[in-house]
Amino acid sequence: MGRYIIQRLVLTIPTIFAISIVSFVIIQLPPGDFLTAYIATLESGGQVIDQAQIDALRSQYGLGEPLYVQYFKWISGILAGDFGYSFQWQRPVSELIGERMLMTVILSVASLLLVWAISLPIGIYSAVKQYSVGDYFFTFVSFIGLGVPNFLLALVLMWWAYTQLGMSVGGLFSQQYADAPWSSARVIDLLAHLWIPAIVLAIGGIAGLIRIMRANLLDELPRLYVTTARAKGMKEGRLVLKYPVRVALNPFVSTIGWTLPGLVSGSIIVSVVLNLPTTGPMLLTALQSQDMYLAGAILLLLSVLTVIGTLISDILLAWLDPRIRFN
Amino acid sequence: MLRHILGRKQPVMAGAPTSAPEPTQPVEAQAEKIDYAVASEWELMWYKFKRHRLALVCGVIVILLYVVAAFVEFIAPYNPEAQNPAAAYQAPTRVHFFDAEGNFHLQPFVYGTTSQRNLDTFELEFVEDTSVRHPIQLFVRGDGYRMWGLFDGNLHLFGVADPNVRFYLLGADRQGRDVFSRIVHGTRISMSIGLVGVILSFVIGIVVGGVSGYFGGTVDLVVQRIIEFIRSMPTIPLWLGLAAALPADWSILQVYFAITVILSLIGWTGLAQVVRGRALALREEDFIMAARLSGTSRTRIIMRHMVPSFMSHIIAALTLAVPEMIIAETALSFLGLGLRYPAISWGVLLQEAQNLRSIALAPWLLAPGVMVVVAVLALNFFGDGLRDAADPYKR
Repeated sequence: MGRYIIQRLVLTIPTIFAISIVSFVIIQLPPGDFLTAYIATLESGGQVIDQAQIDALRSQYGLGEPLYVQYFKWISGILAGDFGYSFQWQRPVSELIGERMLMTVILSVASLLLVWAISLPIGIYSAVKQYSVGDYFFTFVSFIGLGVPNFLLALVLMWWAYTQLGMSVGGLFSQQYADAPWSSARVIDLLAHLWIPAIVLAIGGIAGLIRIMRANLLDELPRLYVTTARAKGMKEGRLVLKYPVRVALNPFVSTIGWTLPGLVSGSIIVSVVLNLPTTGPMLLTALQSQDMYLAGAILLLLSVLTVIGTLISDILLAWLDPRIRFN
Repeated sequence: MLRHILGRKQPVMAGAPTSAPEPTQPVEAQAEKIDYAVASEWELMWYKFKRHRLALVCGVIVILLYVVAAFVEFIAPYNPEAQNPAAAYQAPTRVHFFDAEGNFHLQPFVYGTTSQRNLDTFELEFVEDTSVRHPIQLFVRGDGYRMWGLFDGNLHLFGVADPNVRFYLLGADRQGRDVFSRIVHGTRISMSIGLVGVILSFVIGIVVGGVSGYFGGTVDLVVQRIIEFIRSMPTIPLWLGLAAALPADWSILQVYFAITVILSLIGWTGLAQVVRGRALALREEDFIMAARLSGTSRTRIIMRHMVPSFMSHIIAALTLAVPEMIIAETALSFLGLGLRYPAISWGVLLQEAQNLRSIALAPWLLAPGVMVVVAVLALNFFGDGLRDAADPYKR
């Protein structure tokens, strides 16, 4: 097991390296370098430009030098904890994204847990009671869930809450806690707000995983070992949970590989709609105003986040299923 | 394995006469059976697909949507850009069958509306003028258009004869433009971008997946690592980053193609995996071995022998990939990084609904979203039916 984990860890290094290159290429794509854009904004604002400061920035980020030099400067800065400077916010990127990154992680993990907590029992129910009214109902609902884009769901939910309940569902905190330091009251406030975006985000994943769990379990249920256990007089509930569900769980865990990137992706756009203090809205404005170090850092961190999530799921899978780690 | 061998033989048998019942058996009982026995692979698929009722209905909806997309100018009652300040946020016009006196009319009709600003709330208020009925007629002359940029016309599928009376089936937006006409016009870009994007991903996917599955070994390993890598990245941030790099001065057409390219850059991985899976299975088949032994070139084996035998699966996979593209385009345009005004797509239309106040005031602005859901669900069920039918020899 230890060997497998090390192997897997070693494999992530080239992946993260490739991700950093992709992120760097994306932030380099817009024409012109961002410093000229920055100077133009300053000038249009009537501000005086300090030539010495510009030159310092230019040499710090290696602008005008070959791309690989720029990449090297960028990535070595990041390894040292310096994500560059946000020209739009006039602050270092690392100061800006810390809390927002945390919120993205909290939101994604909360939705992931929700996806599992909801889809697992429903999937088992749908398989055990195949073709029952409940099965048809959940099948129907999950197809709808797969078909509705989550930002649309967020919009409709907002509209419904606003017109019917007279409340606004945006944000992750009440006003008094928005900028407050962390405290137990703030955590409770967060939990009170978190569930709506988490559900909106989780719906698509829930729908997909119900289908997968149902199909997996349906493959296992007619197996002979199930019949044997039943013939020996094992209680049905315990039987299902102890054997076929355990086997059916394997592909279920491995789907974290695509569930997690999906949730992180979805969190971007849902956060924009619901105005959540995650990286989503910040990434959008950074891209629109070509605040490239900010955008690059968010792109990089989001991708690394999903890679780490996938890594955890692989290790979890190896722990669940010995065949994988000996392969 | 046997399935695929049968699959290769079947089309040859298709040419055989279909009506040759054994004289010893009753004809009716035999007719159906014989159909199945000598039907070609595609005929069998059609039989199987027909049994999937929901898929059939959804297939019809999909075809309808593409027909609408082809003839938007004719189907939309109004020019989608025609503004009318007096109708800002006008609620959907009611289509009546009973007039103010309670008399029934077979032909549906609308009443003209006049708007007046309420001086207390400063909102426009709309009053129906029930003195004159305006029946909705087929084939009405109205706003001029240029179909496909080629033909001038002013004939519309339906409308009212009086050019001074405007009716809004799905209400009007902030500038008093007809939401229904705009949705119809949005169909063209929204439905086609999925198709074009999928065709593009398909070309990349079939080449990469086919090569990977056919050669196996190191090539396969490298390609699989690349696919895994692309799949492990969150797509929306990537799309956003790429879309943000598009120059602002590009024309609609340029942005349209750039967006499809961006979507397919990531979307091809799923198709490549389907192709690879099929190719891996087919590689072991006897007819491939036979082709290889008779000295057929690799390209020819892939394109002439392998591709046709997994075509049905590919078509199903393609259909299932279209809705993903539609959602992606809608999401990008909704965020303002995809298509922009003056292009009309469902995503662009949904931008109007971004603000909570306008949705509360005019919930019909969410109608393009309903279209997205309808299109996505229809394509999903249709693709599902196709996938089940794709392998007619299964059971």
